[in-house]
Amino acid sequence: MTLELTAQVTERDVDVALDVADGETVAVLGPNGAGKSTLLAVAAGLLRPDSGRVVLDGVELTSADVWVAPHARRIALLAQDPLLFPHLSALENVAFGPRSRGIHRRTAREQARAWLEDVGVAELADRRPGQLSGGQAQRVAVARALAADPRVLLLDEPMAALDVAVRPALRQTLRRVLADRTVVLVTHDVLDALLLADRVVVVDGGRVVEAGPTTDVLTRPRSPFTARIAGLNMVRGTWRDGAVDGPHGIAVKGLTTDPAPATGDSVVAVFRPSAVSVFREPPGGSPRNTITTTVSDLEPFGDQVRVRAATPDGQSLAADVTTLAAAELDLAPGLEVVFSIKATEVSIYRT
Amino acid sequence: MATRQRQVGLPAWIFVPAALGAALVLLPLVGMGSRVEWGSFFELVTSDSALTALSLSLRTSLVATVLCLLLGVPMALVLARTSFRGQGLVRSLVLLPLVLPPVVGGIALLYTFGRRGLLGSELDALGIQIAFSTAAVVLAQTFVSLPFLVVSLEGALRSAGARYEEVAASLGARPTTVFRRVTLPLVLPGLVSGAVLSFARALGEFGATITFAGSLEGTTRTLPLFIYNLRVVDPDAAVAMSLVLVVVAVLVIAFARPGRSTW
Repeated sequence: MTLELTAQVTERDVDVALDVADGETVAVLGPNGAGKSTLLAVAAGLLRPDSGRVVLDGVELTSADVWVAPHARRIALLAQDPLLFPHLSALENVAFGPRSRGIHRRTAREQARAWLEDVGVAELADRRPGQLSGGQAQRVAVARALAADPRVLLLDEPMAALDVAVRPALRQTLRRVLADRTVVLVTHDVLDALLLADRVVVVDGGRVVEAGPTTDVLTRPRSPFTARIAGLNMVRGTWRDGAVDGPHGIAVKGLTTDPAPATGDSVVAVFRPSAVSVFREPPGGSPRNTITTTVSDLEPFGDQVRVRAATPDGQSLAADVTTLAAAELDLAPGLEVVFSIKATEVSIYRT
Repeated sequence: MATRQRQVGLPAWIFVPAALGAALVLLPLVGMGSRVEWGSFFELVTSDSALTALSLSLRTSLVATVLCLLLGVPMALVLARTSFRGQGLVRSLVLLPLVLPPVVGGIALLYTFGRRGLLGSELDALGIQIAFSTAAVVLAQTFVSLPFLVVSLEGALRSAGARYEEVAASLGARPTTVFRRVTLPLVLPGLVSGAVLSFARALGEFGATITFAGSLEGTTRTLPLFIYNLRVVDPDAAVAMSLVLVVVAVLVIAFARPGRSTW
């Protein structure tokens, strides 16, 4: 184990344990106020738990009588807000970590340039943070965290503050740069967990309620929270003509993650029930993906109705519609309906 | 044409006391300006004794401002970034010179650093005499202007928050590096306006100075003391010198106006 953490924080009613192996990405899922950020603060050395231990590579960082300062831990933090130093250019922001380690200014800048290139924003090197969009700033922040050469990278909902439109591209970049790193990723987005993490730990009410390999936890949820968030739709198939070619002529287009799939690769398209619109007839002239299904079940889901339906080959899909829409469509089990999904709401990755 | 935004719900009568208040501040300046002898103005403000007082004021105020920075920046950091028992009490006491009559401050300094003061015999043994010297002027000015720097810098530190510093530390920066490369640049606008306010307060300091340092020409007679002495013997010169101080004050306000430079 690379990172071992146990922490009890009485004030916030948190009692958690977390192990992260070398090169592994662990997603910490949970509702707001579940104790996810407390866990990161303990790991980063920003919060001293009432009791507990943080051990990295066999070296104690936090315990009853040991306290290693945050700067000496080699644990970098990437928050929801990019928090780029506003008085430094993007390049100087990224060079901050190397320079703090005592690397010569010129070498640090060269490294910073390489990192900016790696996350795809090399041309923004001379910009001030105030001149960057949210997505660009977060890319610079990713480069800055990586440039610090941390042993462990802590990501605290890195995409929560971004436009929905720029999230998929950043998620792809993260998927690539985090591949061989030791990472703790706090998120409440199950898609992040699915695409970025090897393992999932679900925290609720300050306790770990579930843990295990991502697909196991999400396909066989045992806690209400996991069940609620894990209701993702998946269409499996092979990559053909820029779409996921599924059974019975289903073709789903979407955003692919790096590395792009090649023809014949087995791939999976993932989308949320809330991204699905339900129609009685196929909507005409729309660039959306459409899948013909048969309604199998309706159940109340918050202030919406979750429509469960089956494709001709028996695959189960779900859609969330408003109560009003469900009434207008006169949905009932056995009815044949068309599920329609915008390509930008679909993530496609290789399996 | 520029669009004008109307505020909602401001009653019309409120403009009357507001205008009266503005008049109370501005009218005396007009009154003083009307008494300036423009013909001899230049001559009056460049007399030897006037220049001596002006130069003493500028020098002592500058040194006091530097002392405020050296002592006030660490004070503001400790108040804004740490928590300890009795911190609220310490903060209130640090602000005491802000509300204390300066004369009282002068008496307090006299009975601390004066010859018969708390530390008087120790300082005497070291051959140091502070009271009624230029050092006393600087000490009095520092005493009264320190809270201005601490207050404005602590406010800037609190509104900047500690999150940038936490990120910097997680990137491997030592506390001193964080202070130098992150904290200071982030609060620079607050630091500059705090320093300018302290300088202005030091420049206008009168009560503590005359009590603790006296009024010796060339040694402790700063510009406000000089004007006060002159007011009876040469009113024209007093008015002319006052105008010089008004101009300095206006420049200071232009520099330190809050909310000017934000990132």
